[in-house]
Amino acid sequence: MEPFYHALKVAPTACIGCTHCMSLCPTQAIRIQDGLATINKNACVDCGMCLKSCPRHAIYVEQDDFNQIFNFKHRIILLPTVLFGQFSEEITEQQIFAELHSMGFTQVIEVAQASGILTKAMRNYMQKNSHDRPFISAFCPAVVRLIQVRFPSLIDHIIPLKQAMDLAAIFARRKYLDQGIDPEEVGIFYVTPCAAKIAAVKSPVGDDKSNLDGVINLDFIYNKIQMGLTQHRDQPVTPVSEQTYLSPESIAWALTEGEASKFEGRCLAIDEIHNVIDILEKLENDELTDIDFLELRACDHSCAGGALAVNNRFLTIERLRKRMETSEKINCTTQDDIQQYESYLFKEGQLTGEIPPRSIEQLDENMLIAMEKMQKLNRIMGVLPQIDCGACGAPSCHTLARDVVQGKAKLNRCVFMQKILCREDLMTPDESLELSEKTWGLKRFKE
Amino acid sequence: MEFSYNIEGGNFSRAGSASSEVKKILKQLNVNPSVLKRIVVALYEAEVNVVAHAYEGTMQVNIDPSVITVVINDRGPGIPDIELAMQEGYSTASPEVREMGFGAGMGLPNIQKNCDELSIESKINEGTKVTMTTYFN
Repeated sequence: MEPFYHALKVAPTACIGCTHCMSLCPTQAIRIQDGLATINKNACVDCGMCLKSCPRHAIYVEQDDFNQIFNFKHRIILLPTVLFGQFSEEITEQQIFAELHSMGFTQVIEVAQASGILTKAMRNYMQKNSHDRPFISAFCPAVVRLIQVRFPSLIDHIIPLKQAMDLAAIFARRKYLDQGIDPEEVGIFYVTPCAAKIAAVKSPVGDDKSNLDGVINLDFIYNKIQMGLTQHRDQPVTPVSEQTYLSPESIAWALTEGEASKFEGRCLAIDEIHNVIDILEKLENDELTDIDFLELRACDHSCAGGALAVNNRFLTIERLRKRMETSEKINCTTQDDIQQYESYLFKEGQLTGEIPPRSIEQLDENMLIAMEKMQKLNRIMGVLPQIDCGACGAPSCHTLARDVVQGKAKLNRCVFMQKILCREDLMTPDESLELSEKTWGLKRFKE
Repeated sequence: MEFSYNIEGGNFSRAGSASSEVKKILKQLNVNPSVLKRIVVALYEAEVNVVAHAYEGTMQVNIDPSVITVVINDRGPGIPDIELAMQEGYSTASPEVREMGFGAGMGLPNIQKNCDELSIESKINEGTKVTMTTYFN
């Protein structure tokens, strides 16, 4: 199977191999080798936990070159609502739209405009397939990947619909086509608050190809907008052609409860990836019954807590709530033009492919070999200290034992093992040092 | 391969922990997800039965490449009429147990549905032995 595309990268010049990311990674995807954090591509789900925990800012999110937007005559930027939450209340939506135009975009679309249609499509799907309860939203790509690698038996619970950003992109492309514009001239770019959405664009799950031409990081566009705002401080705001109205429900969509509050029955909203894992364990253990819908998001406070968000997530939410209040006062009767494409988007919004299981739990494809490995693993666990110190470069004794039975590491990487071997004269102190150098890098042990 | 777990009667806060351990093992052994689901449902129901009705119990798991056999033994009141207990909706659970969301009388029928072979032996005032077998293919 093709490995996942990952947007999270480690900068070797900044990483000191300090284990913060390794111990927090929810899929145990990180090991320290030669003094650097290395990410296992098959296990990583792009949740961004490592980036948030890194004290050296050594983990970053790769992005496309901004200037590629100019390869297209029509340049559309798709915005997540949390972008507006990055700015203080004094900065209006119009100002932000105007800045995006002035940096080169020809049209600004808020992704959340598609949330109404997506809600309807989700409701229809749930009514038609009521036996698959509880339904799990496909909103967060990190959660979908988490289910693939750690909870493959729950894949059938995922609602197989595309994301709001895909619907917004499909709508935009179609609208331009209907105006007789060559699709080759239309470039659609998404501003992402996290690494997972980038990964979902670069290697979509359950879809043959992405509907977007590129991705721009939220922190990058934030800086560009701030720069523009400073430069245009004394000038009147340029009027924009788009309406900046968004319904309160659409503004709330990407926040916690944004989906769960929309559906009938028992709906739970859970955010932060370890909380999500807890609930998925319970669901898999059959301990949860009579739940209809699960909104699961990898980040604490959903997209407001995205790894690329600049503002404090509580301030972001406050700013979005203010926008919702303003929006409630406006009685907007004009229909978004996206509504005219509702039936088209229902059809195009289905996932075309399967969401394949890609378990990282299995010790081997072949059960007989898996059983042998498990017996060996249990024996190894018996001799390891079980204090999960991380000094071997793996997050826990159990992961080191797993790595050993998978042939990825040697048991003598454990510092306790080394002490015992030295005492028994089976290893010299120099050999022990050499092993530590392999894990922590040569530099660490220089005087 | 054999594994054994203790089940504490009356401790609902830990109900399901033995089943969860078995689930983790089966995932590492690459058991097919749909088979895994059935096994976990049956084990969880059986474990909760011990917690809800008995004083203590054990779960003994035997896995070989084609089949899993689980024996759940408990020391407890026993089941007077197994045939009656196998009927959906029949329950002797106390109101307190029901309030906690257990004891709807779906336990044994649900175990029956989710394993390939089930045998129940019980002696009044001594205990119950539930043996369930599920084939991996």
